[in-house]
Amino acid sequence: MDAILAQLLNGLDKGGAYALIALGLTLVFGTLGVVNFAHGALFMLGCFCAVVFRYLLTIETVTVDPTQLSPWGAPVEVRTPLVQSWLGDWGAFLVDYSVPLSVIFAVPVMLVIGIVMERGLIKHFYKRSHAEQILVTFGLAIVLQEIVRSFFGANPVPQPIPADLRVAADVGVWFGMEAYSVTYPTWRLVYLLFSAGVIGAVFAFMRFTTFGMVVRAGMADRETVGILGIDIDRKFTIVFGLAAVVAGVAGAMYTPLLAPNYHIGMDFLVLSFVVVVVGGMGSLPGAVVAGFLLGVLQSFASMNEVTSIFPGIDQIIIYLVAIIILLVRPRGLMGRSGVMES
Amino acid sequence: MTKFTMNRRGLLKTVGAGLTTAVASPLVLTNRAYAQQFCNNPGDNDPIIGFNVPQTGTYAEEGLEQLKGYELAVKHINGEGDGGMINTMQPTALKGNGILGKRLRYVTGDTQTNTDAARDGARRMIERDGAVMVTGCVTTGEAVAQQALCHELGVIYMSGLTHGNDTTGKDKRRYGFRHFFQGYMSGVAIAPLLAEEYGRDRRAYHLTADYNWGWTQEESIMAATEALGWETVRAVRTPLGIGDYSQYLTPVLNSGADVLILNHYGHDMVNSLPQAVQFGMRDRMANGKQFEIIVPMFSELMAVGAGDAVKGIIGTQNWNWQLDDAGSRAFTQSYGAEYGEPPSQSAHTGYVQTLLYADAVERAGTFYPPEVIRALEDFEFDGLGNGPTLYRGSDHQCFKEVLVVRGNEAPTSRFDVLDVVGKTPREDVMYDPAIFGGELGPYEPNMC
Repeated sequence: MDAILAQLLNGLDKGGAYALIALGLTLVFGTLGVVNFAHGALFMLGCFCAVVFRYLLTIETVTVDPTQLSPWGAPVEVRTPLVQSWLGDWGAFLVDYSVPLSVIFAVPVMLVIGIVMERGLIKHFYKRSHAEQILVTFGLAIVLQEIVRSFFGANPVPQPIPADLRVAADVGVWFGMEAYSVTYPTWRLVYLLFSAGVIGAVFAFMRFTTFGMVVRAGMADRETVGILGIDIDRKFTIVFGLAAVVAGVAGAMYTPLLAPNYHIGMDFLVLSFVVVVVGGMGSLPGAVVAGFLLGVLQSFASMNEVTSIFPGIDQIIIYLVAIIILLVRPRGLMGRSGVMES
Repeated sequence: MTKFTMNRRGLLKTVGAGLTTAVASPLVLTNRAYAQQFCNNPGDNDPIIGFNVPQTGTYAEEGLEQLKGYELAVKHINGEGDGGMINTMQPTALKGNGILGKRLRYVTGDTQTNTDAARDGARRMIERDGAVMVTGCVTTGEAVAQQALCHELGVIYMSGLTHGNDTTGKDKRRYGFRHFFQGYMSGVAIAPLLAEEYGRDRRAYHLTADYNWGWTQEESIMAATEALGWETVRAVRTPLGIGDYSQYLTPVLNSGADVLILNHYGHDMVNSLPQAVQFGMRDRMANGKQFEIIVPMFSELMAVGAGDAVKGIIGTQNWNWQLDDAGSRAFTQSYGAEYGEPPSQSAHTGYVQTLLYADAVERAGTFYPPEVIRALEDFEFDGLGNGPTLYRGSDHQCFKEVLVVRGNEAPTSRFDVLDVVGKTPREDVMYDPAIFGGELGPYEPNMC
C-alpha cells in the first residue's frame, strides 16, 4: 500500500508538470490553430526567468582581503551580497525564496515574450500548412535556445529549494500509516499544488470571465464572433501570451527539481506533444487529464514489480499509450470530432 | 697497370664483409629510418597534440576543467609559468624547453559527451590537424572509442577521466594509456571504510548510469560490498542524463534496502544525490538502521554541484588538491595562480598525462610511437601528486594510492567540499590484468 501511495504521488507530481506544459500548447492550437514547436522554448525561458531573478538578487560586491591568502598565495576575495547587506534578514529571505518569487517576475516577462512572438512571427503563419508552422516554430525554438546558450553557457544552472522546504514530508502519517513509511519531497508537493492552482486559474479564467467566454466562442466559431464586431485576433494574441505565461511559470517553479540548461525545453517538447495528442488537440480538459494519466502510468510502470516482468517499460509506456490512443481514437481522449483525425 | 686477382681468401673476405654490412645495416639505419615512417611525424616542425574533451553535454564541466589542466601542462612544458610539477616529478627528462627542443602546440575539440563525436573529433585531429598524440575524455565510452581509433591509426592516446574497468581491461590497446584509477580499485579502496562505518549486515540498492562505465563500476562495487557480507537487493539501470530521478528513487523507499549506491557521475550524480536526499533517504531508518547513501566515485565539481546533499557521503577519488605532498602543492599553486581556483582531479589527470607523454618522448629521444610506448611501459615515477606510481606495462594502467573521501560536514570555503579520510596503498588495489581480459596488440604502427 505504501509503495502504491508513493508512486501515485510521484505520478501526480509528474503529471502536474506534463499537464501545465501541455495546457499552453493545446490552448494555442485550439485558438490559433498553430502547432507551436517553440512551446518547449517558452518553458525553457521560464526556467531562465528564475535563473535571472536569482542572479539579480545575488549580485555581490567583491573586495580583496590582503590579510588572508588562498592556497596559491593570492589574497582572498571577500564577496558581499548587495541585497542581503541592504535588507538584512529580509534580503536573506528574498534570496532563499528566489524560485517561488521568480514567478512574479516571470509573469510579465513571459507575457511580453508571448505577445511579441505572436505579433512578430506566428501571425504570419496562421493560414499556412501545419508543416510550415512546425518548421518555423521549430526554427524559432532553436534561435531562442542559442540565445540563451550564448548568455548562460551549455551547463545546467542549479536553483536551490528554499531551506524550509528541503525536507521530506512524512506523507504516510497523513494517511494513518507508520511514520516514515512514505516520505515525499516537500518541494514536489508544492509543485503539485502549484500545478493544480495554475490549471484551476486557467480554467476559471476561461469559464468565468467575459474574455474567456469570447475566446471559447472564437475557438468554436471564429467567423461568427468576428461578424459580431469582436476583434478576435487581438483576443487570441493575448491567449498566446497567456500560454507563454503558463509555460513560463511551469518552468520557473521546476528549476529546483531539474537544473535548467538551454536544451531543457526540447526535452519536454516531445512529451508535451504526446500529452496533447492523447488528450485531444485543442482540448483543455483533455490536456490536463492526459497529463495526469500519463504521469501516473509512467510512475506505476517504474515499480520494481512491473519492471521485473517488463524491463524498460517505464521508458516506453507513454509512447505505447499514445500509439494505442491514436489507433483506437485518433481525436484523442477528449478531442473534438474531426480535429486532426485524418 | 694493376692486375685484379681474386683468390679464395679474398673472395671469403669480400662475401663476409658484405654479409656483415647487410645484417648490421638495418640496426644502424633503423634509428633514422623509423623517424620518417609513422603517423604525423613532426619532422622539423613543432609537434601538435590534440585535447579532445567534452565542452558541452552531460560532463562538460569536467571536460572544461581537464582542458585547463592540459593547457597549463603545455605552458610548463614550453618553459612558461613556474614549471608546476615538472619541478617535483622524479625522475624526469623534461627541461622546460618543449619536447626534444621543439615548442609543443595543441588543438582542441568538443566530444559533446558523446562517443561518436569523440571518435570523429580524434580522427579530425589526426587526419586534418596532424596530431602526434591525442588525449582527453570524461567517459569510458569516449576513452574506449578514441583509444581504438588511435591504435588503428598508430597514434598514442593518453586517456583523461575514465573510471570504467574496460579502458585498460577488455578494451585495452597498445597505443592507449590511463593514469586515472578505475572501478575495481574504488571497490577495493572503499570497502574497509564501509564495513567500519556501516557494518557488515546491509542491504544495498544500486542505481547505475546505463553505459560502459556504470556497468563496470556497479560490478566492482557489488563484488566488493558482497565480499563484506552485504546483500544486493536490486540494481537498476538509469538512462544517461535524464535529470529527474524521482521515478527511480520512489521504489527504493519500499525495497527493503538500507543503503542506496549511486553509480552516477557528473550531472547525473549532481541531480540524483540531491533528489535522493530530498526524498528523505538520509533521515529515514530501514531494517533498524540509519539509511545511507554512497557515491563510490566522487569529484570536487560534483560535490560543489550537489551542494549540502554531499555532506557526510563516502566515496573515492583519484586525487585531491588538499593533499600535502610537494607535487600536489606545486600543481595547486600553479593552477590557482592561473585560474583563481584550486584544480579538480579532472584537471590533474589531464595535466599529468601530458607531462608523462612529453617525458616519455624526451627519454625515448623520438616521437616514434613504439619507442614512446616502451618508455611509458613499466615506468616508475613520483612527485606527481599520487605518491610512487607505476605505469604497468601489461595493461597500461597506472597504479598508485587511492583516496577515500567524505563530503565535508563543515566546509570552510566553496572549494573545501571533500575530506580525505583514507588512502588505500597501491599494493592493495593492484590486480592480475588477466581478470579483465583484453589484448594490447602490436607495437608496430599503422600509417594514418
